[in-house]
Amino acid sequence: MTAHEQFAEDLALYALGSLGGEAVDSVERHLEECAACRQELARLEGDMALLALTTSGPAPPQRARQRLVKALGREPRSLRTVLMRRRWWTLAPVFASLVLAIFAILLWRENARQRDRMEALRADAAHNQAMIEEAKHLLGLLTDPSAMHVTLVAAQSKPQPAGKAIYMPRNGALVFMASNLPPLAPAKTYELWLMPMRGDKPMPAGTFKPDPQGNAMLMMPPMTAGVEARTFAVTIEPEGGSATPTMPMVLVGS
Amino acid sequence: MPGTPADAALIARLRSGEPDAMAELYDRYSPLVYAVALRVLADTGAAEDVLQEVFMQLWRHPASFDARRGSLGPWLAVIARHRAIDTLRKRRPQTDLEDVVIAIEADLEDSAERARAVEQVRASLHAMPEQQRKALEMAFFEGMTHTEIAAKTGEPLGTVKTRIRAALTALRRALNPGGKG
Repeated sequence: MTAHEQFAEDLALYALGSLGGEAVDSVERHLEECAACRQELARLEGDMALLALTTSGPAPPQRARQRLVKALGREPRSLRTVLMRRRWWTLAPVFASLVLAIFAILLWRENARQRDRMEALRADAAHNQAMIEEAKHLLGLLTDPSAMHVTLVAAQSKPQPAGKAIYMPRNGALVFMASNLPPLAPAKTYELWLMPMRGDKPMPAGTFKPDPQGNAMLMMPPMTAGVEARTFAVTIEPEGGSATPTMPMVLVGS
Repeated sequence: MPGTPADAALIARLRSGEPDAMAELYDRYSPLVYAVALRVLADTGAAEDVLQEVFMQLWRHPASFDARRGSLGPWLAVIARHRAIDTLRKRRPQTDLEDVVIAIEADLEDSAERARAVEQVRASLHAMPEQQRKALEMAFFEGMTHTEIAAKTGEPLGTVKTRIRAALTALRRALNPGGKG
């Protein structure tokens, strides 16, 4: 036998159908990956066939032949195929019309629903567009360098550096505007700080440099949402900003 | 079989649904299928049922026989044995027709060569120790598992396994005296 020796005995039993339990799974797994054992199994089946061929005995009775012929008559394989095909083609137009009718109704209903939805969307879009226009207009005014910035102070007093922070803790949205800031030394920057409510360390809220008139604006710097602020402060830091504020504070919220 | 259409030609006609081809195949192979079923089942009625089932399967699924996987006679004999044992054990068919692949070196469509091969197998069975032959026959014709054979004969499982394999090896040697098997 040319099969793997460790499987040879089980393979013989497997071919006979005399193997049981887990051994069957093990042989079948091995057969899947071993061509030599598959070939050996085929040869074993050949031996089985020859063993079967050694049987002899009476011929089957005539009634067995008649029974088969009768059963074949009841099962006209080719004829049935033809009949099935004919039936399908006969009914095809009916099916097709039915499917089309259902499809048309579904389409009509879907169409009406889509029309309603489109009207609603169009109204929404117009409203949104108006709001966007307004926001753009406002933003344009705030950020346009040619816009005139005038700081009003009490009469007969010198304008002092001042800032205003508008902050929404819920989503971390922040806008900061400052005026009359002294010019910075080279390689220095202003940095805004959020002073948290619970006494935690100041959190950096963005760096900025003022224009020649001392005006500056910081819009929507990246902030963590949900931090309650006690106040805001501004310091002067090296270019790029710092992790902790360097004293003294230039501006601080009241 | 000289003077008669080859099995492959009959199978081809069967695939195109010709009942005449079925009749010819039946006349050619029903004695073999019936003999195998009767040997396993020892009951003419049950053997006739197997005969009917095997040929109906061939009619319904002629493509399940693939000439590259062996010749038709031995293939039918093996299928008949499987179905007869399924009947004996009152279970659903365990083997798919397509799964049976048979490799035989002798050309069994040649009746002289077939007769010679069968004679060699008979002689080999006759020559082997009785316990060996009995173990093989219980497994082959009665469809007993080696565990059942061990329980019936009172012999250790390992002995039964070894006997069955030795019997099959002897068969192989008788069929291929110069072969490697």
